[in-house]
Amino acid sequence: MSKATLDLWVGIFVALGLGALVLLALKVSNASTSFRPDKEYTVSAEFQNIGSLKAGAPVRSAGVMVGRVESISFDTAKYVARIVLKIDERYPFPKDTTAAVLTSGLLGEQYVGLEAGGDDQRLKDGDVIRLTQSAVVLEKLIGQVLFDKAQEGGSKQ
Amino acid sequence: MLESAASGLRLLGERVIDGIVRLGYGSRFFVLVLLRSATSFRRFQLTLREIYFAGVLSLVIIIVSGVFVGMVLGLQGYDTLQRYGSSESVGSLVALSLVRELGPVVAALLFAGRAGSAITAEIGLMKATEQLQAMEMMAVDPIARVVGPRFWGGVLSMPLLAALFSIVGIFGGYLVVVVTIGVDSGAWWSQMQSAVDFRDDIVNGVIKSFVFGVAVTAIAVFEGYDAPPTAEGVSHATTRTVVTSSLAILGLDFVLTAFMFMGD
Repeated sequence: MSKATLDLWVGIFVALGLGALVLLALKVSNASTSFRPDKEYTVSAEFQNIGSLKAGAPVRSAGVMVGRVESISFDTAKYVARIVLKIDERYPFPKDTTAAVLTSGLLGEQYVGLEAGGDDQRLKDGDVIRLTQSAVVLEKLIGQVLFDKAQEGGSKQ
Repeated sequence: MLESAASGLRLLGERVIDGIVRLGYGSRFFVLVLLRSATSFRRFQLTLREIYFAGVLSLVIIIVSGVFVGMVLGLQGYDTLQRYGSSESVGSLVALSLVRELGPVVAALLFAGRAGSAITAEIGLMKATEQLQAMEMMAVDPIARVVGPRFWGGVLSMPLLAALFSIVGIFGGYLVVVVTIGVDSGAWWSQMQSAVDFRDDIVNGVIKSFVFGVAVTAIAVFEGYDAPPTAEGVSHATTRTVVTSSLAILGLDFVLTAFMFMGD
């Protein structure tokens, strides 16, 4: 085989392989659409219960992704979960924003939902979100329903 | 009685010592290949030739198997997922299994059978016909001239072959699930993109296939170089290449997966 044909075939092979990698990155994975803000600010929030929220989970407001959960820790002074959120700087939120641990779909992954309040002061880097709403724990909910049913039954007699 | 027990133990000990000696010899050979691989890059034409033999000639088997593996994944995934009413997630199932596991592993197994055995047979035969000794007589280092380019040719080809396998497999799944069965193509791609992470899945898959490439070609060139210079010796060495490298791929895959995906 001549050098030119060999070079051509190797060239075709490498081009195909690299093309496959690019296609995997752009068409198959989230590299083109993933969330990578240039600048972000950090706020923290305290929750009674975060359910199964994990670091890296999305932060959404009105369904739009605005940031990510940076870290989760347990505060032994107050016995609450303290989570740190990184939010894209393009999305400022008022100081009285409510943070809630929500679930996408019935049994989907958990995320932090932000609901803007009416304050004219903005959340700054390092601020703490005061108003929080814990995750709904399915077992507690079921327990509540059963308890209510039992009470209903008791009052009828 | 005592005598036969002792001889059995002696046999076991001999096997273990032989194995360890071979492992040490193999590791030293591997380091030697790495140290003398400058030639493979200075005279890159040599390596290009080996990329042709290891990579280009493996294209057909990789692409055909990729399409079929993807189609089977699509069929099986659809069959199971539609029972739970979530046939839209077939895309993410096919893509994740291909990119994380099947792409690197199956491509590496095929590569061991197609290219690894050829490398061993070629080097073993060169040794049996005393071509390697002739090179040494001419002050040409056979490790730099023969082994190095084959090693690097295989190592460079493997990630490209694995990526091709994955993408062709996803295409095969698309053919079955979207074109034939009729799942919405928008759901197929969007579910896939939300499930597959670039850093966690694609990059880890490429790292895996690179490691497999190093393992397969290192075993192949060692077995060839170490083969007894007889027809029987070369045939045994070729068999050993395929068996050892397949086992190495599966073992390494478990270790790599444990490190990559069980981190959190």
